[in-house]
Amino acid sequence: MNATGDIPAVLAEGLTKKFGNFTAVDHLDLRIEKGQVVGFIGPNGAGKSTTIRMLCGLLMPTAGRASVAGFDVGREPEAVREHIGYMSQKFSLYGDMTVRENLRFFGGIYRVRREDFVERMRFAISMAGLEGRENALVRTLAGGWKQRLALGCAILHRPPVLFLDEPTSGVEPEARRQFWDLIHELAADRVTILVSTHYMDEAEYCNRVALIDRGKLVAMGTPSELRGHRLSGELYELRCAPLGGALKVLAGVPSVIEAAIFGDRLHVVLTDGERNAPELVSILGDHGVQAEAPRRITPSLEDVFVQLVARGTEQRTMT
Amino acid sequence: MFERLSVMLMKEFLQLRRDRWMMFRLIVPLIIQMVVFGYAATFTVHHVATAVLDLDQSQASRSLISHFVATSRFDIVDMAENRKQITSDIVDDRAVVALVINAGFSRNLENGRSAPLQVIIDGTNSNTALIALGYIGQITAQFSSEQEGRPVALRVGSVSPVTGIKLEPLPWFNEGLNERWFFIPGVIGTLTLLQVVSLTAFAVVREREVGTLEQIMVSPIRPFEFILGKTVPFFLIGFGDIALVSAFGILWFHVPFIGSPLVMLAGAALFLMAAVGMGLLLSTFSRTQQQAFALNFFLLNPFFILSGFAFPIAAMPKALQWFTLINPLRYFLVIIRAVFLKGVGVDVLWPQLLALALLAAVMLTISVLRFTKSLD
Repeated sequence: MNATGDIPAVLAEGLTKKFGNFTAVDHLDLRIEKGQVVGFIGPNGAGKSTTIRMLCGLLMPTAGRASVAGFDVGREPEAVREHIGYMSQKFSLYGDMTVRENLRFFGGIYRVRREDFVERMRFAISMAGLEGRENALVRTLAGGWKQRLALGCAILHRPPVLFLDEPTSGVEPEARRQFWDLIHELAADRVTILVSTHYMDEAEYCNRVALIDRGKLVAMGTPSELRGHRLSGELYELRCAPLGGALKVLAGVPSVIEAAIFGDRLHVVLTDGERNAPELVSILGDHGVQAEAPRRITPSLEDVFVQLVARGTEQRTMT
Repeated sequence: MFERLSVMLMKEFLQLRRDRWMMFRLIVPLIIQMVVFGYAATFTVHHVATAVLDLDQSQASRSLISHFVATSRFDIVDMAENRKQITSDIVDDRAVVALVINAGFSRNLENGRSAPLQVIIDGTNSNTALIALGYIGQITAQFSSEQEGRPVALRVGSVSPVTGIKLEPLPWFNEGLNERWFFIPGVIGTLTLLQVVSLTAFAVVREREVGTLEQIMVSPIRPFEFILGKTVPFFLIGFGDIALVSAFGILWFHVPFIGSPLVMLAGAALFLMAAVGMGLLLSTFSRTQQQAFALNFFLLNPFFILSGFAFPIAAMPKALQWFTLINPLRYFLVIIRAVFLKGVGVDVLWPQLLALALLAAVMLTISVLRFTKSLD
């Protein structure tokens, strides 16, 4: 491997992908240091999968450049492929082949040396929790096992960089938790991992989080950095009923920057909480909405993302 | 470099073996189609429903009618009383052919004058009509030649009057002009093309649809390793098809095989390469199995019709004749029929073999080039 300590595991500069008139990824800059677990967060259609596919060499960028593990994606795609593992939400294993046959196939495709293979296959099987089921057809496995096996297949050749495109979508919470434990075990071995997800709670498991919206990188930082600095205004929690009616009323209140439903209550961002929070109860009351006094809370990542994405939408509609 | 290819091949054969219906799908339709083609695909016309109006009621007219009955080509379904009845027989589909023997038929014969026999024929199925008319000509010619010592001039419908020239047909290579001998070799080529093209196309498109193709594309596998792994099994299956169907044709339908198996093998190999190339090319234009199915359906029918399987290429309009030049089936049919029935070798068939080799090379090259490891 020619990547030295200074070279980032993933580097993208002005990466752009257009499909006809539609710009899926728009001048994206991204830098991921070795051994980090980076969460790629954003709404559906934000360009997460397209970015990952460009980094894997599955799609040619319309403009910009990228390098992975020190190799240029455009000029040395085969070298890139030797050094990455990729797993998509579709669990791309052969359902009509057994666990062992799938592992043997992917091991062969990546030309894993025979003397390493036995050990790695054993590792992948135990990682997936499939001991004793080596001869089961993959299509008979439940989602969580399939997904861990897919990860096992993707790392048989010990790639230094791993791209996981929504690996946990459609998997039950217990299995999702186990999957993230695996990701951190791999990261402990200095594997760099870029993992896209639309589960906000999963963002909290990452070393760094990159928020992408409409093809643009909106924010990047550690989860606590994003929580601490990114919110403009102050966040309040508001218990009220009915929620939908309250949302409508608050949209017309000038001091409210942003309001969103979070479970059975509202999260409201105010320009000046000290002054404006107490008025809210009476304003809502005038419109027939029952409300308790708002309570100041620390924002979650989700609050930050909701606001960042909403801000992007406003800017776009203004221009 | 053989490691990736060998795991690809192992995987393909494993999947073929796992597919419980695969063997069934591979063999049963072939046998069924072979039987159907072998027995049903024939231009011979038998038992044509025939109505007769005999207004002469003489010994000569009855003799003529018995000549028709004797051949088994014509079944007399109605001895009509008048012209109205004859017309309604044809219109209502009770009869395809109507023979009208006018009064004075025998007297004309005896006096050495022309004795017309009127033939009314349902031209809806022009092919049957034409063939039946041919038989009628033969039968009447036979009849008139038996009127020994008497000058005979029998005019039958549009068939030219019998002249003094006697035709002595001497067909080579298929003395009995057995149509099965013509059709069965054609069926071998046609069925194999159908099966190999669709199997290859579907196998690739299925991987694209399921998502495993994406997983393979991010690996360092080279396009030709993937393509070889994907096509070699179907190439071999194609050989199996040709062997099976040929054996069936030879043993069951007794089609003679007088040529060299080696020439056949060479022709089959090139033909199958062109067929898997066509399947691959098709797969590069299809994202889903449905698209592949539609494309397959849309393409294979013209390839079949424009192959010379049943309709002579020389009779087609020029533009369509040019199209047949890119049809691998066209060349293979020539090869397979020649090897089966004529026993000729490479010295005669080299243009066809060369054309197949070129087609195979072009189609495989295009599909390897089109199969870039990208989703764009």
